[in-house]
Formats: sequence, structure tokens, C-alpha cells
Amino acid sequence: MENVAIELKNVSVNYSTQKALTDTTIKIPYHTFTGVIGMNGAGKSTLFKVIMGLVKPQIGSVTVCGDDTKTAQKHGHVAYVPQAELVDWDFPISVHEVVMMGRIGAQNIFKTPHQADLDRATEALLQVGMLDFKDRQIGELSGGQKKRVFVARALAQGADIFLLDEPFAGLDATSEKSLVELLISLKDKGKTIILATHDLMSLPDTCDHVALIKYTVIAHGPTKEVFTQELVSKTFDGVLHNIKFD
Amino acid sequence: MEILTQIFQTNYLALIIEPLQYAFMFKAMAVSVVVGIACAILSCFLVLKGWSLLGDAISHAVLPGVVIAYIIGIPFGLGAFVFAMLAVVLIGFIKTNSKIKEDAVMGIVFTTFFALGLMLISKIVSSVDLTHVLFGEVLGISNESAWYTISILAVTSAIIIIFRRVFMVFCFDPTHAQSVGMPIKLIHYSFLVLLAITITGSIQTVGIILVIAMLITPGSTAFLLTKNFSTMIWIAVSISVVSSIIGAYASYYLDIATGGTIVFVQGCVFLTVFTYQTLKQRQL
Ligand SMILES: Nc1ncnc2c1ncn2[C@@H]1O[C@H](COP(=O)(O)OP(=O)(O)O)[C@@H](O)[C@H]1O
Ligand SMILES: [Mg+2]
Repeated sequence: MENVAIELKNVSVNYSTQKALTDTTIKIPYHTFTGVIGMNGAGKSTLFKVIMGLVKPQIGSVTVCGDDTKTAQKHGHVAYVPQAELVDWDFPISVHEVVMMGRIGAQNIFKTPHQADLDRATEALLQVGMLDFKDRQIGELSGGQKKRVFVARALAQGADIFLLDEPFAGLDATSEKSLVELLISLKDKGKTIILATHDLMSLPDTCDHVALIKYTVIAHGPTKEVFTQELVSKTFDGVLHNIKFD
Repeated sequence: MEILTQIFQTNYLALIIEPLQYAFMFKAMAVSVVVGIACAILSCFLVLKGWSLLGDAISHAVLPGVVIAYIIGIPFGLGAFVFAMLAVVLIGFIKTNSKIKEDAVMGIVFTTFFALGLMLISKIVSSVDLTHVLFGEVLGISNESAWYTISILAVTSAIIIIFRRVFMVFCFDPTHAQSVGMPIKLIHYSFLVLLAITITGSIQTVGIILVIAMLITPGSTAFLLTKNFSTMIWIAVSISVVSSIIGAYASYYLDIATGGTIVFVQGCVFLTVFTYQTLKQRQL
């Protein structure tokens, strides 16, 4: 039990009439790098929203770092790196200001930044290699740099669990590789990384765990055991393109 | 030659000071400037949040509230506020309980409210009063109304400025805000209430039809000019204040509508900035 970062027990989520997740049970251990895969509409983003406490399941229970989602929110246990198309990149906000938003949960009701907050933000930017860009408006960055900024925000927040929703969408191979290296280095420093991805090709090199999602968790476990032709094929209704399984 | 002499000999300071010697003019100027500042600050958030249409909906929906307040003799800001909140709640309720898209829901709700207001007005109020409600009449504002407008707008603006960082996260990334435990529903409704109060406080000056311009144009112009949020607020406020002052003088010297002039000047500033930037980009 000690080692469980996230636990969902028999969770079901419906959006008015639409069923998104049914009787979903999963335990994700700390210090793992989990790839969440499944078709469009399979429930990946919903799973993330449940973990963040943004969507309350109609049935079932969710435990994050041993707390309920509300307490986990207060502690800032979970940080979220949003899908690129959900961010307004024209917003008049700088890289530094975005990273400072990581501190907002810990600040007073006026959200007045203190020196300690500024230091955390600087440190986080340094860690992701974006300190030189701190005064840029967020739209003036490459796809990979934009992701790094939000990873820095998660670091500034002091989160243990990083959720990334389709972080590789729209990234070229080089940016994807360097983002993966950053995330793996964070995992090695004790973070728990969970990302939704469509990149099945590189998944075995990236993720040590895999969760296969199709309206529920079809299978979850170490990549070697779970990322098999049979299970992946079941998740994607048999539609697979050029994926090599060992 | 004669024109030139006239231009040089005119005492401009006197032209600026003279109208302010009249209490009604001084009041109109003060109220217009305060309305300009309050609307400009809010406009930066509204434009970035993408809620311009909601502002338009609220401003139209207050009409029956104003008329009913007139009939039963309560302050008309109060009547307007009640109907603004009714509209917001109704829009939210229909949106969450039907598959109709939000813009259509807003359209239905605000036109229905507005229509009700027109019906009540046609039966009860004179056409002069109707013009005032629809297009504003700041020159004739009473002392009481002037103080009411200035004080509530000062309070709403102060609240928005004090909590600007909260509202900025709310506009930029509400998902993040909620995921770190910020009370996002409370922030959402507070913002709506502040919007409704600012609208109701401004309609005496610019009227129901044009108040939305005050809540969109300064923020949009400023958005074109800067990539920094604080700078955006300063630019929006400056544009708005200058427009308000021009509007007040224009109505004194040229006898044209204050509200109309303010909004027209703001629109011209927007178009100038837009044209300048478009030309500049073409040249690069
Ligand atoms: N806010 C919502 N309202 C209604 N239905 C939704 C909402 N969000 C997602 N859904 C539906 O729930 C299902 C799962 O969606 P999602 O979790 O976004 O899938 P994925 O991220 O795997 O593509 C889909 O059928 C989607 O249409
Ligand atoms: Mg998704």
C-alpha cells in the first residue's frame, strides 16, 4: 500500500448521457513512468480529470498519495501539463508568469508572490533549461519549449505526480526525444510521470509501465508484460500500424 | 489668414476649463472617466476569457429591470442587477440542461429579456426616458446617481485589481487553478457578479446598447499593442479615459451624445492601431 501513488477503485464516470469510464480499477506505483494509451474518446483525458479531482466519479473511489482528491489538491500533489490546443498561446503572459502559477495553490488569497516563490520558479526554469527564455511571451516558443515551460510549472508547484495529456502531439522527433529525456530524469529524481500518448512506436523505450484504456482499464503493468500484440490490438480494435513487439 | 489668427488667439485653457465650472459638466466628466476606467480594467479580462458575447447578453437583459425599478421607485441599478443575475443563471441553466450551443442560448435569453423591457417601456415610460436608458444621458445625472455610480464602480474596480492574479489564472488556465484547489466556481460567479455590477453602473452614462463597446474595445486595442498583462490594463485604461474626456467635451461644445462619442472615439483608436499594425507587418 505504501508504494501506491494513485489508486482508482471501481470508478465509473458518465457525462450526462455519455459513458466515459466504466468500473475502472488501477493502482499506479510511485516513481514510475506510465504511458496511457487508447483510441480517441477511450477515456484517457477523463482518467486524468478524475485523478485531478476535476471530474467526480458517480461510482467508486479515488486515492492520490494516500489522500482523497480534495486533500491532494490542497497539497498540490498532482500537476497537469495541458494539451497544446487547450492553451491560449496569444495570452499576454510570459514564461516566468506561467511558471509562477505553479505557486498559486500555496499562496494567500491575493496570490502575492514572495521571494521564495520567485526562487522556486527560477530553479524550475533552470531545471528544464528554459531560464534564458523567462521573459518571452509563451506563444513565442517552439512546441518542445512550450511543454518544458509547463513541466517547469509542475516543478515549481512541487508536485509528486505529473500528468501530461498528449505531450508529443505536434512535436518533431528531436523535441520529443529531449522532452522524454527530461521526463525520465525527473522520474529518476523521484517523480511519478503519467502521460497519454499516441506514439506507440517509442513507447517501450519511454515508459516502464503501460495502461491500456478502452472505456475502462483493459490492462496495466510493466511495459514488458502488458505491451503485447494481443492486448494492444484489443485496445485499438485490431487497428495497428507498423508496431514492433518484442 | 483670419483662421490662423483665430487659431493662435484662441485661449485653449479657457476652452478646457470653462465647461468644468458648471456642476453638471464636472459631474458628467467625473462619472464618464470612472465608467471608462472600470470598464477598461474589466475589458482586459473579458476579452482574454472570450466572454464578450456574455457581456452583451447581460447588458441587454437588464432593460426590464431598469423599467421595473422606475415603476416601483427603487434605485435603477438594483433592478438592473437583479435582471442581470437572472439572465446569467438562466443562460447557465439552459446550457447545462440542453444541447443548444451557448451562443444561441445567450441570444435567446437576452433578446427575450430585452423584448420584455421594450414592452414595459412602451406602455409606461415616455420615449425621452427610453432614449436615455438605451443610449445613456450623463449630462443630466443627479448627484445621487453620480455618487452611486462612482462608488460602486470604484469598489468593483478595486476588487478586480486586488484579485487580478486570481482572475488572470481563471482566464488563462482554470483547469490548473482547480487542480491546485482554488475555488473555481466561486471565482467564476464572482467574476459574473462584478461584470453585472459594472454593466449596471455604466448604463446611465453610455446606455444599454453601447456599454458592451466599453467592455470590449479598450481591452482589444490594448491586446493588439502589448504582450504584457499589466501593460495591457494600463493601455486600456488610458484609451478609455481619453475617450471619456473627449466624449464629455464633445457633448458640451457640439451638443452630441456623450456615450456615442466615447464609444466612437474608442472604435477609431482601435481601427487606427489595427491599421498601423497591419501596415507595419506588410512592410516587414
Ligand atoms: N465534458 C464532456 N461532456 C460530455 N462528454 C464528454 C466530455 N468530455 C469527454 N466526453 C466524452 O467522454 C468520452 C471520453 O473522452 P476523453 O476522456 O476525452 O477521451 P480521450 O482523451 O481518450 O480521447 C468521449 O466519448 C467523449 O466524447
Ligand atoms: Mg484526450
